[in-house]
Amino acid sequence: MDLFVNAIVAGILLGAFYASVSVGLSITFGQLDIVNIAHPAFIVVGSYIAWILNSSFGLDPVLGGIIVAPLFFVAGVLIYRIYYAAFERTGQESLSGLAFFFGVMFIIEVVLILVYGVDYRLVTADYLGKNIDLGFVGLPLRLVVPFVVASLMTGGVWLYLSRTFTGRAILAVAQDRLALQLMGADPVRVKQLAFGLAIATTAIAGSLLIIIGPVEPSLGRAYIGRAFAIVVLGGMGSIPGMVIAALLIGVLESFVSSFAGPSWAPAVAFGALLLTLAVRPSGLFGRA
Amino acid sequence: MIRTASRSVLRTFGIALVSAVFAGAAAAGEPIKIGFSMALTGGLAGAGKAALIGMEIWRDDVNKKGGILGRQVEFVYYDDATNPATVPGIYTKLLDVDKVDLVVSSYGTNEIAPAMPIVMRKKLVFPSLFGLAVNDEFKYDRYFGIMPAGPEPKLDWSRGFFQLAAEQNPKPKTVAIIAADAEFALNAAAGARANAKAGGFKIVYDKTFPPTTTDYTPIVRAIEATKADIIYVASYPPQSVGIVKAAHEVGLKAKMLGGCMVGLQFAAIQQNLGPLMNGIINYDFWVPEPTLNFPGIEEFLKKYQAAAAKDKGVDPLGHYLPPYAYAYLQVYQQAIEATKTLDQGKIAAYMHKATFDTVVGKVKFAKNGEWATSRVLQIQFRDVQPNNLEQFAGPGKRIVLYPKAWKSGDIAYPYKQ
Repeated sequence: MDLFVNAIVAGILLGAFYASVSVGLSITFGQLDIVNIAHPAFIVVGSYIAWILNSSFGLDPVLGGIIVAPLFFVAGVLIYRIYYAAFERTGQESLSGLAFFFGVMFIIEVVLILVYGVDYRLVTADYLGKNIDLGFVGLPLRLVVPFVVASLMTGGVWLYLSRTFTGRAILAVAQDRLALQLMGADPVRVKQLAFGLAIATTAIAGSLLIIIGPVEPSLGRAYIGRAFAIVVLGGMGSIPGMVIAALLIGVLESFVSSFAGPSWAPAVAFGALLLTLAVRPSGLFGRA
Repeated sequence: MIRTASRSVLRTFGIALVSAVFAGAAAAGEPIKIGFSMALTGGLAGAGKAALIGMEIWRDDVNKKGGILGRQVEFVYYDDATNPATVPGIYTKLLDVDKVDLVVSSYGTNEIAPAMPIVMRKKLVFPSLFGLAVNDEFKYDRYFGIMPAGPEPKLDWSRGFFQLAAEQNPKPKTVAIIAADAEFALNAAAGARANAKAGGFKIVYDKTFPPTTTDYTPIVRAIEATKADIIYVASYPPQSVGIVKAAHEVGLKAKMLGGCMVGLQFAAIQQNLGPLMNGIINYDFWVPEPTLNFPGIEEFLKKYQAAAAKDKGVDPLGHYLPPYAYAYLQVYQQAIEATKTLDQGKIAAYMHKATFDTVVGKVKFAKNGEWATSRVLQIQFRDVQPNNLEQFAGPGKRIVLYPKAWKSGDIAYPYKQ
């Protein structure tokens, strides 16, 4: 029973972190139809900035992530402008755009290697290594802090997209770009804003990643498949769907690791993805 | 007539002599090119770059002393990006395009094995750096592994860990084995399984995990639920960190923890984990304990640490891999100098019978190209303080428990957090 409850709790904590990793991708891939394969690489950049601020100035990693998020937003806007001018405007975004983001991913990795080397980077914080004990359930703060921050960030993004005028414009550009244009809005500006927002989330997700474990320049590759799977499982572009998919993957991984064997965890998680798509091709919360 | 014949002979001899002298001069003038691939990017790049620094120190030392057989030494190397798929192409290019004279391996089992078929086809001597049981399948008579795993690498790797467990009173009874899904870790786990059975331990948990696992608390809790007395872990650096942290968070009650956790030898990880490592018993190959003060090691480490300070992101202390990266070239150098040739057959024959003096001590090879005697150290972290890198530079923090010949202290048992 202890193991069962702890597996569920650990899965929820992990799932919330996965949601923070995937929320930006849910916007770019799910809503803007941009296959930003470099998304996890931006997360690693966020981790490195959190590490620099933590090791040089003693700044809390999460605070570091929040501070640099606006810079990531600006970087995201600029990257989208390049992407738009080079590919989207000429209708070459499908394959050339994918190659572009592959290139961005490799450039990020190489720059990180050249500037900071290849050693593993870790952060320190007072709460790391401490636990909240609730009877037989143990909550390591190393996972609780990312859970809380990820929940706030994902919830904030969802509220922004669903409750604000600009947020709704982002959802509108995903549904019908032409209709939005007819309403007098500039779809390119809306998309660059959305892309900037997506990249801004990677700064915070990166700070959470380095709290959970050590980071090295190519770590992002490990999250490409997982993040895309969560977005697809949730239903392309649906933030609540993405959150539920992330929690589902997290709980499944944790559950399988606890009771069947950790090696089965990815197979079961991706099996769930395939099964869901077989029954609901548009994902859990996707529009059919 | 005789005089004419003599002149002709003399002329021929003279031409031959002059040709030989010029040919010799040309050969002496040309550097010996040593080719290899190395993990300079990707997951193993931290170790790969540190190894390269060690190798470059050897090259510079040798060249300062006039080279090998009077020829300077030159490296030709390519980044294999920690991707085994790139390795065959790199070695083909080194041999067919770059025309290197000698080859040595990249770092690590996964990168060494893919080079073997190419090296074997060319019948080259292949000193390899930290490959675990690579030659078990190939059985190549010119393979020489520079890692003190011993003649039965899979078994020797964990023999000390289980021997230490068996010596405790009361003897622990149950063991959990957890390994990453990667060739090296699986090999180590296979050896641990055999040693556990041979030692009369009951295996109560024996599973693998994907290297991309994010959170290790469910795994550690599952192991804890089995109430295993000892836990043998075979993992790579990020996983080792995750498992150590999870063990601390879960409050693991095992009596022994460790075994084959790669990463706990790296300075950055040691500094970050700090006291969380106390009590863990893990493999290592060299630590600054008085019993392992081999001739030349101190001088080498000074050079390495000076070079590492300029190269961002490599292990600043360099205790783990760099001395062996220096040593595998020392062995090759000594074999060439003793045989006075680059003939691969003669060098291989010599390497099989000779004992080599290196910065990691005396090296002698068994018939299968592994070390004739195992020297996989089992060290225990003791009295490690938080966030202090300097403490690892000297003795007292990583006590050598096994093998007995190199022992520097007694075990602290059972494991306490």
